[in-house]
Amino acid sequence: MSIKFIQEEIIEEFGLLEGDMEMSINYLIELGEQLEAFPEIKRTDDFIVKGCQSKVWLFAELNENQVYFRADSNTLITKGLVSLLVRVLSSHSPEEILNDEIYFPEKIGMGRFIGSQRSNGFYAMIKQMKLYALALNLKQKI
Amino acid sequence: MKIELNQGIDVESVRMLFPILSQSVNCNPLIYFDNAATTQKPLQVINALTNYYHNDNANIHRGIHTLAERATVDFEKTRKSAAHFINAHEVEEIIFTKGTTDGINLIAQSYGEKFLKPGDEVLISTMEHHSNIVPWQMVCEKTKSILKVIPINDRGEIILDEFEKLLSERTKIVSLVYISNSLGTINPVKEMITLAHQFGAKVLIDGAQATPHQKIDVTLLNCDFFAFSAHKMYGPTGVGILYGKRALLEAMNPYQGGGDMIKNVTFEKTTYNDIPYKFEAGTPNIAGVIALNEAFQFINTIGLEGIQHHEQALLKYATGLLNEIPGFEPVGTAEHKASVISFNIEGIHPFDLGVLLDAKGIAVRTGHHCTQPVMDRFKIEGTTRASFAVYSTMEEIDLFVQAVQAVVKKLR
Repeated sequence: MSIKFIQEEIIEEFGLLEGDMEMSINYLIELGEQLEAFPEIKRTDDFIVKGCQSKVWLFAELNENQVYFRADSNTLITKGLVSLLVRVLSSHSPEEILNDEIYFPEKIGMGRFIGSQRSNGFYAMIKQMKLYALALNLKQKI
Repeated sequence: MKIELNQGIDVESVRMLFPILSQSVNCNPLIYFDNAATTQKPLQVINALTNYYHNDNANIHRGIHTLAERATVDFEKTRKSAAHFINAHEVEEIIFTKGTTDGINLIAQSYGEKFLKPGDEVLISTMEHHSNIVPWQMVCEKTKSILKVIPINDRGEIILDEFEKLLSERTKIVSLVYISNSLGTINPVKEMITLAHQFGAKVLIDGAQATPHQKIDVTLLNCDFFAFSAHKMYGPTGVGILYGKRALLEAMNPYQGGGDMIKNVTFEKTTYNDIPYKFEAGTPNIAGVIALNEAFQFINTIGLEGIQHHEQALLKYATGLLNEIPGFEPVGTAEHKASVISFNIEGIHPFDLGVLLDAKGIAVRTGHHCTQPVMDRFKIEGTTRASFAVYSTMEEIDLFVQAVQAVVKKLR
């Protein structure tokens, strides 16, 4: 499944909730709960992406030219949002991750859930994931 | 729980004066409990803002035409009301600023930089807002003075014994918050001002959270400076008041230069205007200042005693209900508190609670509330904060508590 396909899937899922704020947040929390457990050994400051009110831990590894992301957060809602990014960007090649546009947050009205200030943190997180892809790609070529 | 409301306040009628309160947010009636961040504005304030731009807009003080005169007269009327509101001796002791932060920065720069010498000490408390920490750090660094911090106890109260121990002849400035925005604590500032004066220190009071909740009398307090914001007391944003004793203001140099603050300018030498104008460089927020007068009138009409009584009843009622929620952990349980409830619920992050309450149309604040040292003191990341105003109701508190309970049930 391409990055675009998964994004369309997410947009469709949130579309079914018809913009109901509470249902959308509940859905986000559910998605977060399904996120693969984050390895405790990586829960250190080295892997932290610090936001305004919540912490996010993130790391990536490369396997057969596919980047696999693992992430976690100390707040349920952020964890749900992070799980969406992991779902969209994991299991793709570094090139795909670097070149594909991430447009689903705007389409699902993410700003409404977490506010525009914290949306900036979310976009910083996307950047961080792309940086991981770039670094892993370079490492692979060395 | 039975709480008797002050019969003097007809909350429903008061609410009618605030058009913003009658809206729905996320398909629920708005419950606005973020009043410590900013209060809503009554119609008379909103009308004053629009009326100024509709009818009177002109630059103040030097215009000779009719509109300029009207704007100037209304602008200066607010200065008189402000002096009356806080019982300042003289109208000239009232300086218009952008807000409390601006006022504190003005004193730090103009007074602090001129009078602080290396080795002098500035005292603040653990519960200060960042705006009463950072300006002092900046000026202490410049003047090589020392910033010292008065500790607080587990209830979120200043430890007076420790304050006394910190006071010495080296103490030149004490800058204190009257009511803590994150804990709700009402500090015994009168007592502290008297103590500080015994050592010759000057005292600045950050009154941002105090003016909407209780009568302020700067003459009785005998503080040297008092800063507050219009927007936290039903007035517009971008306007504040700084009170200072005449002799001190006259001894200070302005820290901003520009129009309106001068007597005479040549390239060789500029002479400054008299107080308060020498601290008011540039065209101010004229509309905001004029509308602030309406905020004073609004509060005066209802009466601060009635407001205080109503808010205290709300505080007591909400605290009682929240205490019954398993895992409720109040942060700030001072004996004397304003209508601010900061809390955590075991196992639930304030951010999640805040977002889920917003989904139900309830506006609260979450995070460190610009008081990170308070969060460090209590070893927490942040809190959820509900803060009430004159238009808040018991019914809203019932709905708020029910919503918190629902979130707790869902997330546990």
